[in-house]
Amino acid sequence: MSVAAQGVGAEKARFDPARALKEAGLAAFVAFMLFLPMMGFRLVGAEGRLGLEYRPQWVVIGVVTVFFGHLLVSFLRAMRGAPVRPAGRVGPVARYVNTHAKWFALAGIALAFALPFTPFANRYVVDVATTVLIYVMLGWGLNIVVGLAGLLDLGYVAFYAVGAYSYALFAQWFGLGFWEALPIAGVLAATFGILLGFPVLRLRGDYLAIVTLGFGEIIRIILLNWYPVTRGPDGLSGIPRPTFFGLVFTRRPAEGEVAFHQFFEISYSGLHRVIFLYYLILLLALLTNWFVLRIRRLPVGRAWEALREDEIASKALGINPTNTKLTAFALGAMFGGFAGSFFATRQGFISPESFTFIESATILAIVVLGGMGSQIGVVLAAAVIVILPELGREFEQFRMLLFGAAMVGIMVWRPRGLLASREPTIRLHARSAGERSP
Amino acid sequence: MLELRQVHTHYGRIEALKGITLDVRKGEIVTIIGANGAGKTTLLMTICGNPRASAGRILFEGEDITRLPTYEIVRRGISQAPEGRRIFPRMTVLENLQMGAVPNGERYFAEDVEKVFSLFPRLEERMHQRGGTLSGGEQQMLCIGRALMARPKMLLLDEPSLGLAPMLVQQIFRSIVEINRTQGLTILLVEQNAYQALRIAHRGYVLATGSVVMEGEGRELLASPEIRAAYLEGGH
Ligand SMILES: Nc1ncnc2c1ncn2[C@@H]1O[C@H](COP(=O)(O)OP(=O)(O)OP(=O)(O)O)[C@@H](O)[C@H]1O
Ligand SMILES: [Mg+2]
Repeated sequence: MSVAAQGVGAEKARFDPARALKEAGLAAFVAFMLFLPMMGFRLVGAEGRLGLEYRPQWVVIGVVTVFFGHLLVSFLRAMRGAPVRPAGRVGPVARYVNTHAKWFALAGIALAFALPFTPFANRYVVDVATTVLIYVMLGWGLNIVVGLAGLLDLGYVAFYAVGAYSYALFAQWFGLGFWEALPIAGVLAATFGILLGFPVLRLRGDYLAIVTLGFGEIIRIILLNWYPVTRGPDGLSGIPRPTFFGLVFTRRPAEGEVAFHQFFEISYSGLHRVIFLYYLILLLALLTNWFVLRIRRLPVGRAWEALREDEIASKALGINPTNTKLTAFALGAMFGGFAGSFFATRQGFISPESFTFIESATILAIVVLGGMGSQIGVVLAAAVIVILPELGREFEQFRMLLFGAAMVGIMVWRPRGLLASREPTIRLHARSAGERSP
Repeated sequence: MLELRQVHTHYGRIEALKGITLDVRKGEIVTIIGANGAGKTTLLMTICGNPRASAGRILFEGEDITRLPTYEIVRRGISQAPEGRRIFPRMTVLENLQMGAVPNGERYFAEDVEKVFSLFPRLEERMHQRGGTLSGGEQQMLCIGRALMARPKMLLLDEPSLGLAPMLVQQIFRSIVEINRTQGLTILLVEQNAYQALRIAHRGYVLATGSVVMEGEGRELLASPEIRAAYLEGGH
């Protein structure tokens, strides 16, 4: 195995200076065209009028950086040999993480539970961690559809929206609390999953992506225009907050309600609710993970993977592709719906603006960056995608540029995702040859 | 056991099967030989309902299966080791075998894995290896083993010797005979390797451009001058 691996990897691309110069020149030219309008000019308000400030030095710096950066990358690549790993082979880090997956997972969970009580935890940290966990949960949910069943879904945000609006509306109309509405939201989202699933049963790849993208937009546009129910762009506000076994998280609870701090006889702190929400999404996310890990080992989970690998072979082995795909869509959607309900109760306000295509793209990016189908990979990718822009806040206008660069970087260095690998669902202990019965 | 009556299959406007009539009796090895593009693969796929026959009837144990969906046909007891092997490349050998056991709910999994491993010991050595990293011959063994995991009544094999070294070809054919003898499994075998196939087959059919042009006992066909000229020239 290792000999064969080296045999393939050892075939190095020779460094060709002329070609590298040409390519770097081209990249620098593209950079010039982009940087000229983006960085070369700046609108300034001077004496009450708008004026343009010219900043040629910025363009020069940018273009020179790109030129030499490109040269350096081609040089490093030539030194390292073929950068793209063939299918089925993983790097040493990924292999290490995967062989010790259990320990990494346990350590991660322990850390997650301890987080609100660590010294550096403040409201901001817990808030960001909560956002990360929402995306982790969404990533795990979408992983069922994209990673396991291999169905490229660009409209996943639709189910997130269905979950959020279901909870908000059921709370508004029937006074249902978070816990009662949660299963309903899940069922509704799953129903929408099946609704999407039916028309796309025969589609694959690009076509499937386009239809699911359209589906996501349809849901958003319905939410935007069905004013009497969804209140359109105004959104729904006053969505009830979740309670902790009936205890509310307000400073002065209404008649007949008991507040968390009163019950436990501690002084009120706004942090209680933030921490409670954090634990809530942590549990929901862990539930999702547990479910996905379980179902992978059940016949339906294995059928998803088989269908992803080879649809014709799967059919010939007695798998019913219709049911298999529909369950993938339905279950993936259900977890999207749960996450949506959580989002609604956390924000207290939702509007269609929270459910745009960019959300679908972000969730898909998490699944792909994580390495399709890898559960731990999703956690890493979600953390990267949520925290990176936060760290970048100091860079203000260059924030998204840095973010984009990081994404490109990950895809260049780890084209199969951060932790691309797949854990077998069944193992037997090999017996020595002598033990086998004749 | 399996009866085809005037079966036609179309790919769009192209008629790939032009009225095939054929019988396979219980416990037999029946082989289908024919040139490239004769319709052999199409015939096996049509039996499995993918694509559906556009006319004619297919009966399995007396039941009309012509209109059943593929997975239902498989559940009736017809397993196929398809052309090009089509194993699941990212799944391990064991997982591939597990997928084969889907039709009978994996009740006999442990027992049947044993049987497959004793038929193809090479698979046991490699049971945790990913399917895609197996050699061509090993993939073929896995493909046949996977089809056997369903405990079929009838096994369809599409060119199991394709691309294998002579030694392995011998071994695969020996395994086919062994499965037929010891398990009493009925086998429908499509082959380019006409000599080997006819030698082990009870009966054979010769297919040319979508029609049966000749049929008879294996030995009879092997001796026939037309067959020798068309399919056995140049040694084997
Ligand atoms: N999906 C398809 N669409 C259109 N035509 C097809 C399709 N599959 C097969 N054909 C055509 O049907 C005919 C029979 O093909 P088939 O694959 O059954 O041949 P074969 O006997 O298995 O050949 P080989 O020995 O090369 O495997 C060929 O002319 C082929 O081009
Ligand atoms: Mg063929």
